[in-house]
Amino acid sequence: MAKIKSLDDLMKIKEKALKGLKMRDSGKKGKIIVAMGTCGIAAGAKDTLSAIVNYLDEKNIEDISVVQSGCFGLCDVEPTIEVNLEGEEPIIYGHVTPSQVKRIIDKHIIGGNVVSDLVVKRGEL
Amino acid sequence: MPTVENTILICAGGACISAGEKSVKNELEDALKEYALNEVVQVVETGCMGSCDLGPIAVIYPEGVFYQKLNAKAARKIVEEHLLKGRVVKEYLFKGDTGEIKEKPQEEMPFFTEQVKIATRNLGVVDPLSVEEFIAQDGFFSLHKALKEMSPEDIIDELKKSEIRGRGGAGFPTGLKWELTRMNKDNPKYVICNADEGDPGAFMDRAILEGDPFNIVEAMTIAGYTIGAKKGFIYIRAEYPLAIERFSNALEESRKMGFLGDNILNTGFNFDIEIRIGAGAFVCGEETALINSVEGKRGIPEVKPPFPAEKGLWDKPTLNNNVETYANIPMIIRNGGEWFAQYGVEGSRGTKVFALAGKIKNTGLVEVPMGITLKKLIYEIGGGVPNGKKIKAVQTGGPSGGCVPEHLLDTPITYDNMKELGTIIGSGGIIVMDEDDCMVDVAKFFLDFTVEESCGKCTPCREGTPKMLEILEQITSGEGTEEDLEILKVLGQHIMENSLCGLGQTAPQPVVSTMRYFWDEYLAHVSEKRCPAKRCKSLFRVVIDENKCVGCTACARVCPVDAITGNPREVHEIDPELCTRCGSCLEVCRFDAISKVSP
Repeated sequence: MAKIKSLDDLMKIKEKALKGLKMRDSGKKGKIIVAMGTCGIAAGAKDTLSAIVNYLDEKNIEDISVVQSGCFGLCDVEPTIEVNLEGEEPIIYGHVTPSQVKRIIDKHIIGGNVVSDLVVKRGEL
Repeated sequence: MPTVENTILICAGGACISAGEKSVKNELEDALKEYALNEVVQVVETGCMGSCDLGPIAVIYPEGVFYQKLNAKAARKIVEEHLLKGRVVKEYLFKGDTGEIKEKPQEEMPFFTEQVKIATRNLGVVDPLSVEEFIAQDGFFSLHKALKEMSPEDIIDELKKSEIRGRGGAGFPTGLKWELTRMNKDNPKYVICNADEGDPGAFMDRAILEGDPFNIVEAMTIAGYTIGAKKGFIYIRAEYPLAIERFSNALEESRKMGFLGDNILNTGFNFDIEIRIGAGAFVCGEETALINSVEGKRGIPEVKPPFPAEKGLWDKPTLNNNVETYANIPMIIRNGGEWFAQYGVEGSRGTKVFALAGKIKNTGLVEVPMGITLKKLIYEIGGGVPNGKKIKAVQTGGPSGGCVPEHLLDTPITYDNMKELGTIIGSGGIIVMDEDDCMVDVAKFFLDFTVEESCGKCTPCREGTPKMLEILEQITSGEGTEEDLEILKVLGQHIMENSLCGLGQTAPQPVVSTMRYFWDEYLAHVSEKRCPAKRCKSLFRVVIDENKCVGCTACARVCPVDAITGNPREVHEIDPELCTRCGSCLEVCRFDAISKVSP
């Protein structure tokens, strides 16, 4: 291996190695998609979104990205979110209020168990 | 290449290795191969995770499930159940006080949550053989910052702001030590890392070297830059083969990457480290003796001054710090001295690693902010005394330290408080003693150790400590007098005042300190010929209660000297002349019929 000469060299190794470590540290890689169509927003998806971001922060979970999307087409169960963890089938949850956000993150993202009573759909849309 | 789905971190600290970590690891790897999981499940050996009483330990990520007390059978089951089928194997999970199962004790038990890890931050987190993993945890970034953004004076400033004091025992302000060595104009200069950890029961230095060796490489290199040295030595005792092996690997990897050698990080700074292996003499932890030993001479101490900062290795200015002190340095450089000083209290800043041992539930290694009370350390983090017994005292600082009696456990642990109580923090060994421990016997144990380790150079230590031991032996065998106690006191005082080095100056400390707090126990030994804890074998007898004995013969069968006689279903009897007071019969009697009595 070439000798390390600069901060850039160090950063490169860090980032590469960190990828491996992250997998180990804080849950699986993946993303949470929040349906932010008009219907979702009207049902409170903005609060849901900020609850997700805050709670992930609180739990120091850094490798789950939070993405906004348009309407999933499940307007009657809004707010809806999709939890998409690498290597697992995506799960769509409905009626996700900020208080349910904690349950989903605790149980599903951290614990690895699907919160069955909130599931609207399993698998790809 | 398939992505790794699970990582098994298996603790490869010394205690877990002794408990059978290798067979667990081998079985894990074999089973993973059999089920073709070896490419998606990674097995990583880490440094000591700290909870040594639970070993061998493994944590499975991403879930973070904590398995304890593993063996080969358990390893196979974990692969078959947990990794293959996704079912947690309950029987090897951590169980709390009331038997409840905890999947992730590291998130809820005070043993884990009350700790603040600075010196031991990477232990149990990184693979100690992988420089990449160390870099991923911001390793060598502090070296980069130190070499490229800071002057040596800046570094000394940060150390002074951090108020860090030496973690090896004496507690000398580290910033000042670095400054004194830097100011000396003589050349060349040397950096030494003292890894001659000798206190019975203390093993934080070994754990750090085994679990995070690159951290020490980084810190020593920063030290070299700061004081103007090109060469460093680490003095590791031969009893630490794994530490030596992993540190050697760290040196090699660091050289390959350009963190050691010439022109480090393209700054023109040259530095390298050499390992010196000690033969395990306790006195070589004393810095002047250590320096003699590194030079290849016999490890005996010298008169100070001159201090090593003036005339150390080969009479050149030498900076000598303990492993744990170095382990904090990169974090102080990275986050600043003020950040470090936020932990701890006035006069004792930062954290300290303690090795918990003796009559305590959670034995192992913990790092906590200084200023925490002994009570919290022992009851909350350590889990208290097993079997509901009462704590009698806590011994700190090993053979150079003293004890703190139960009623003073509320004292916050600081350098000054401990001094006031007649003990020291020392290297951080904490030995908990309960009502079954005899304080005279404890003092005798430590003195026995120092007598063995006295180098013989100066008379007070060489002649005085064996004399003290002799008196203690008389006391514990029932032949002591009250006059002996006075002689012990005077002798102790003389040895402490007149010995050449720290070993002799502190050797009587365990005796002086136990006499201070447990005078009545000493008195009971000499005037009543009674050992209150019934520990000293000449001062109690073992008897069978004829009302309780049913004649089951269990005691007679285990007695190694055939001192117990009696026919089956009849009351048994112990011959006090033959009995060696080994206590085997006490352990097997199911009728509570055998007890120790004072004569």
